[in-house]
Amino acid sequence: MTVTDGHRAGFLTRERIIARPGWSRWLVPPAALAVHLAIGQAYAWSVFKTPLEKGLNISGVASSLPFQLGIVMLGLSAAVFGTRVDRNGPRWAMLVSSICFVAGFLISALGVWTRQYWLVVLGYGAVGGIGLGIGYISPVSTLIKWFPDRPGMATGIAIMGFGGGALIASPWSASMLAAFGATGNPPDPDGIALTFLIMGLAYAVFMSMGWLLIRVPADDWRPAGWNPAAQKTGKLITTSGVSAANAIKTPQFWLLWIVLCFNVTAGIGILEKAAPIFMDFFGGSNPAASFAAAAAGFAALLSLANMFGRFVWSTTSDLIGRKNIYRMYLYVGAILYLVIELTTNSNKVLFLICAMLILSFYGAGFATAPAYLRDLFGTYQVGAIHGRLLTAWSVAGVLGPMIVNAIADAHQGEAGPARYTTSFIIMIVLLVIGFVANELIRPVDPKWHETDDGTTGSRSGVRTGEGARTDEGARTGEGARTDDGARTGEQEATR
Amino acid sequence: MSAREGQERRVPPVLIVLAWLWVGVPFAYGLWQLLLKLPALFGG
Repeated sequence: MTVTDGHRAGFLTRERIIARPGWSRWLVPPAALAVHLAIGQAYAWSVFKTPLEKGLNISGVASSLPFQLGIVMLGLSAAVFGTRVDRNGPRWAMLVSSICFVAGFLISALGVWTRQYWLVVLGYGAVGGIGLGIGYISPVSTLIKWFPDRPGMATGIAIMGFGGGALIASPWSASMLAAFGATGNPPDPDGIALTFLIMGLAYAVFMSMGWLLIRVPADDWRPAGWNPAAQKTGKLITTSGVSAANAIKTPQFWLLWIVLCFNVTAGIGILEKAAPIFMDFFGGSNPAASFAAAAAGFAALLSLANMFGRFVWSTTSDLIGRKNIYRMYLYVGAILYLVIELTTNSNKVLFLICAMLILSFYGAGFATAPAYLRDLFGTYQVGAIHGRLLTAWSVAGVLGPMIVNAIADAHQGEAGPARYTTSFIIMIVLLVIGFVANELIRPVDPKWHETDDGTTGSRSGVRTGEGARTDEGARTGEGARTDDGARTGEQEATR
Repeated sequence: MSAREGQERRVPPVLIVLAWLWVGVPFAYGLWQLLLKLPALFGG
């Protein structure tokens, strides 16, 4: 398809957004960030909890429902719509994500305005949650295709944005709630509704940059100076493609699923109860008046580590390989938990360094996963495979808090670090299991590779669902595929 | 000259700068708000 053909294609189609020669790939990360920084707001939901509980007279459990449903819907919608996201392209996915995410805020505003809390659960949790899932995976495969030389860095930038979304939303929404009287005693529910309304409209504008600017590379595009034949290769890096339907039949997918699930569970173990953990470890050394601020500082420090770990470690994985970086996340993570277990509250700085590194590995586990999938299964349907992998997140989101809260509650009588001894030992065991799972990952059996005739087999090559070969699966002129599926071609590449 | 060659033109650098500012400014705001909380951790 030529660029001219693309102008006749529908606005949302993949053909319409094939980048013209001269397009800069450095416009793609901000387009991805426009979506991820917005949907990352989900982690700032706690700001709304107290105003909703007091303003609408609901319980703490009820006020958590929109967030919990949103995270469940994130995993489900990423898994269910992943294939469609890959087929329809990133503009379609980003626009659908924006519509769902913004609609979630508008429905929630209506729900609070009319005092119908079920509308908040439905809007923010169900409808908005679909926006989270589709938005999360929407730029991933596109970034990998634009940065075949640095896939870990590219996905690290976008997924760092998801971590950074709450940093923006938390102080912003808190200041609006205060300004509109929603934090008073009693809080004004109309102020909460107005906050939802303004956030929805602002996110609609902010996210529009994403779906307007996003482009996919042309079939024959490659980065300037990058030679696919000379790219870093390893035993795990495939040059073929595996479909999403076949990927979930491979042990590699499920081993990586275990790796992600347990790495996330171990991170949530400390993230979920950041303030109480800090209080139990160091409460005695702080005056009561300043302690709440110190605990908030600890939570902020962990957020910072979580966010920058996504970029730093994922970028590092481009240099040392995906399997090695996960070895570090899991092995060093287990050691760090052990250090906390042994030193308890004897050294505050050591405790903070350990906690920060654990959280940086937690975030990095998310950010490096798409590049690991690319290595194992190729770029064909990597977005859909990523969507299915995110079900591990949904499970970990339940498992992590459940373990920590249940054990902490069972040790109510104990004081100080002893309350968390059992939890941390469980986290160490989970990380060791994840480490073993990572060690068991081997190259995918060639029988799962897609072939020209639409069957799986040992030949390299990729087909679309309709039978036509895609750009990811395009061959070189001689018929031999290049690494990463890119064609060697005549088009001038741009940086 | 083909249609593709005819359309080849570089993206203006200002567009790239604006795109990064679009996401960078809110991100910097969030980061700044976060950093303000950190001194309390060390008794500041």
